[in-house]
Amino acid sequence: MADTLLKVEGLQAWYGESHILHGVDFEIGRGELVTLLGRNGAGKTTTLKSIMGIVEKRRGSVAFEGRETIRLPSDVIARQGLAYCPEERGIFSSLNVEENMLLPPVVKAGGMSLAEIYELFPNLKERRRSQGTKLSGGEQQMLSIGRILRTGATLLLLDEPTEGLAPVIVQRIGEVIRTLKSRGFTILLVEQNFHFAATVADRHYVMEDGRVVDMVSAADVAENIGKLQAYLGV
Amino acid sequence: MGACNIFEVSSQLLFSQLLLGLINGAFYAMLSLGLAVIFGMLNVINFTHGAQYMMGAFAAWLMLTELDIPFWAALVLSPIIVGLFGIVLERLLLKRIYHLDHLYGFLLTFGLALIIEGLFQWRWGSSGAPYPSPIPGGTNLGFMFLPTYRGFVVVAALVICLATWFAIERTRLGAYLRAATENPTLVRAFGINVPRLITLTYGLGVGLAAMAGVLAAPIQQVSALMGVNLVLVVFAVVVIGGMGSIMGSIVTGFGLGIVEGFTKVCYPPASNTVIFVIMALVLLIKPAGLFGQTK
Repeated sequence: MADTLLKVEGLQAWYGESHILHGVDFEIGRGELVTLLGRNGAGKTTTLKSIMGIVEKRRGSVAFEGRETIRLPSDVIARQGLAYCPEERGIFSSLNVEENMLLPPVVKAGGMSLAEIYELFPNLKERRRSQGTKLSGGEQQMLSIGRILRTGATLLLLDEPTEGLAPVIVQRIGEVIRTLKSRGFTILLVEQNFHFAATVADRHYVMEDGRVVDMVSAADVAENIGKLQAYLGV
Repeated sequence: MGACNIFEVSSQLLFSQLLLGLINGAFYAMLSLGLAVIFGMLNVINFTHGAQYMMGAFAAWLMLTELDIPFWAALVLSPIIVGLFGIVLERLLLKRIYHLDHLYGFLLTFGLALIIEGLFQWRWGSSGAPYPSPIPGGTNLGFMFLPTYRGFVVVAALVICLATWFAIERTRLGAYLRAATENPTLVRAFGINVPRLITLTYGLGVGLAAMAGVLAAPIQQVSALMGVNLVLVVFAVVVIGGMGSIMGSIVTGFGLGIVEGFTKVCYPPASNTVIFVIMALVLLIKPAGLFGQTK
């Protein structure tokens, strides 16, 4: 793999007394699009949150661009160049669309301009004065992705961006994700929708019971489809 | 006494009480604004607010009597000094209770208020000290005499309240603040130092209380207990306006000051309780307050 951007080793995490991650290991190369697949409760979202420093009790190693981040608070981690798009979208009801868009501060040079983001999501431009939570589910998802593109972050952590969306919107999200990859973003995507993940990713890590149990590259998906379906219970 | 007949009341009495109500309302608005900002961000009902208002007045009085620093300089310096005191308080004590029930915040800030007021009372006694008016004189409006300084207080409070509203509702920093009120974890994951934002918010709220105290010094006697009763009224104002609502605090603060003044004309014995009666009614009809949003 060319130039490792993120390396996760022996990552463990707890919510209170509950031990959720039991030693997660994987890595992502610069410019790659990698998915974390797995059933509900496998630890995919907790892995993203642990990388971002949102889960307070965590151990192991998370190295971004070779620098250890496991002991850093989440605001400092974000300023290294990681951006997080949560599963619940996290749109702020007290802010309009443009305020939501401008909320995450620019942490590095090289982020997309507001005009470029509106070009990618024309709906958001039309509704930029609307209250963020008045948007449709698909528009909220686009806003949730769009607002982290300004920041200059090089690694995007996307948690289930297609969840609960109509097929036509899922298709649009897929196009956007491919566009972002072509623009050089590195993307770690958590997905339950394997059919969607298969169309965009370079590699797939499979998680079970708080661990990564397998890795399948995009080229090997066809010959491993039975195994993947068994992992995911589909 | 029967129902108030406004036509039987002399216009001089009516307008002077309404002006007095407006001045009280200006202080209610400034103080409840600070309480609302603090509650919105910290989820703590800051019962130390009255003591911090008193500290603002005392700081101005000490500056004048001990250091010859005039009112206008004190109006800037005192909120900064008391605001910094608030920041130390937040860093040392308040930050430890954010994850606990509101009751702990109430008990801690109430206890702190008693300690602060007790210390001031021990050092400077209970009797008030006068503070000379920085703008002497006044204008005869025909129906009443308007002291210039009191008119200034109303305008200054309005400007300060609207400036605070603008900063919170129309600026980038205000957007951080509003977003952090909703979801601090996510805002922090965007790279914003939320703990520092919380500290600054508390400092700002305390600074507003201190500024109200400085403005009050030439009108009231500067005394250790000047904020004791006021904090209860201001808390009622915040509840009526809607906990955490900025515009609610401003409008309700001024509005209730006028209602209180009007009650003094119509039925003086009720003037001390009218705000609490309104609070009870609002809680029954609209528990989130007049401008509050139900979560």
